[in-house]
Amino acid sequence: MRIEPLGDSALLLRVVEEFHPEQSLDAVLRAARRIELAAIPGVIELAPAYTTIGVFFDPARIVDYDELKTSIERALQRNLEPARPRAGEESIIDVPVCYEAEFAPDLAEVARHANLPEEEIVARHAAGTYRVTCVGFTPGFPYLSGLPAELATPRRANPRKEIPAGAVAIGGTQTGIYPRKSPGGWHIIGRTPLQLFDVERESPALFSAGDHVRFRKISRDEFERLAQ
Amino acid sequence: MKALVESAGFLTSVQDSGRTGFRESGVSLGGALDSHALRVANALVGNKDNAAGLEATFGKLRLRFEDQRLVAWCGGASTARINDEDLPPGHAGLVTKDDELLMIAPSAGSHAWLAISGGIDVPVVLGSRSTDLRGNFGGLQGRALRDGDVISLGNSDLKIEASWKDRRISEWSAPAPWASTADADQVLRIVRGSHWESFATGAQSSLVTDSFAVTPDSDRMGARLEGPRLDFVEPGDLLSEAVAPGTVQVPPNGKPILLLGDCQTIGGYPKIAHVITVDLPIAAQLWPGDAVRFREVSLAEAQNLLREREEDFARFRVGLSLHFS
Repeated sequence: MRIEPLGDSALLLRVVEEFHPEQSLDAVLRAARRIELAAIPGVIELAPAYTTIGVFFDPARIVDYDELKTSIERALQRNLEPARPRAGEESIIDVPVCYEAEFAPDLAEVARHANLPEEEIVARHAAGTYRVTCVGFTPGFPYLSGLPAELATPRRANPRKEIPAGAVAIGGTQTGIYPRKSPGGWHIIGRTPLQLFDVERESPALFSAGDHVRFRKISRDEFERLAQ
Repeated sequence: MKALVESAGFLTSVQDSGRTGFRESGVSLGGALDSHALRVANALVGNKDNAAGLEATFGKLRLRFEDQRLVAWCGGASTARINDEDLPPGHAGLVTKDDELLMIAPSAGSHAWLAISGGIDVPVVLGSRSTDLRGNFGGLQGRALRDGDVISLGNSDLKIEASWKDRRISEWSAPAPWASTADADQVLRIVRGSHWESFATGAQSSLVTDSFAVTPDSDRMGARLEGPRLDFVEPGDLLSEAVAPGTVQVPPNGKPILLLGDCQTIGGYPKIAHVITVDLPIAAQLWPGDAVRFREVSLAEAQNLLREREEDFARFRVGLSLHFS
């Protein structure tokens, strides 16, 4: 584990060197949980992603940078209960997706790249179990690992100016869901009626890093019904 | 009590010191691009540091007031007037019913922050009154101000009548470098980023010697810079990791992007450097066409400068309290 400065008001904790969607992510989420529980004065918030945790602090309150590093190291060594990752270890979030042509402008291109029929792309995408490796880019956007290798497709050379909310997409070896209308370069293969981010909810983001996710193929009718 | 937005200008939004606690859900810090300028303006009108004010981008903002308030602004080289009287940056001014406050586009810099005693009273969303212009939440209905909007103002417990007498504009003011942050010679101090060592030595020396131009596709997320190409020695895929306002990241095209307040929470481009916190006010004034240079300092120096500024600000607040008693 290494601790590096991230400017003068944050630091970056490199928890593990190599990313693995289960073991290494668990280690990162456990470390984040421990730092949270330590409630180090002056630490404002954490940003876990893949193998790292960004630790943001108030430089007016934390006078000694090395002291903060020591506090973090001490927090990580304490064998606190629960030492479980924070989110969704056992729970699986079910995400209904309509893969019909109207919602899947890039399905043909993904199929061409994989050299598989479109139905097969959908079947394989919907059969997998995925894990949220981090939430970012825009509020509530989940980066999901676990995409079957044959479905991996390089990002579009020309990103789209506008991708609709709920678009389910493939970018490189990852899959993800656009929480709201935004530009983006991933290949769109379906759409979910779920609201991924809503400031009115107690927990505004539907997904947290560590959650497991499964896609469920739905019809256009069911999409309309769920979207109500 | 309220203020009427007679003219909303080019881009004006409600901002406070930013939104924390939701970074792991992808929510940007946001808030005033120069939260120090807003904090200084807030202090001048007797508000708390994090009271919501207005961020005006490139003028021209015109407000009409319904009741008596103190107003103050800091930022680029704008001109502000209460009716016909000049309100210089870093001074407090008194407005009364039907008075008009006008802010004109800056001759240098791009943004100004206006504080009004009592603060702007919009609902707190995810712990902040800031407008998230990309997410369309917070602030006034999640959007920039429009002509004809009416903004609610909070209650102010200032005893203005007693202390203000016939005064219209304060004789006292904020230190000039806080009040007026547009600098013709824009040199931003940096500390090294995580991937500094992975850049070619030519790129490292370019960054601290050459001049970079701000391009037109810059916004509240970041200032995109054009200059000598910053080459990376070890390309290869990086996993996305935390970034922050001030981070200078370099995409494969070699053109650095200086991230600002509305930047995304994580990024996968190599980080060559970070602009130090005390220089973010200068970064916040960058406008397409401006030239900017960088100078390296140590992390310890960056943190000392910041600590000094915080101590100066605490003293400034104590000094101001004498005028409000």
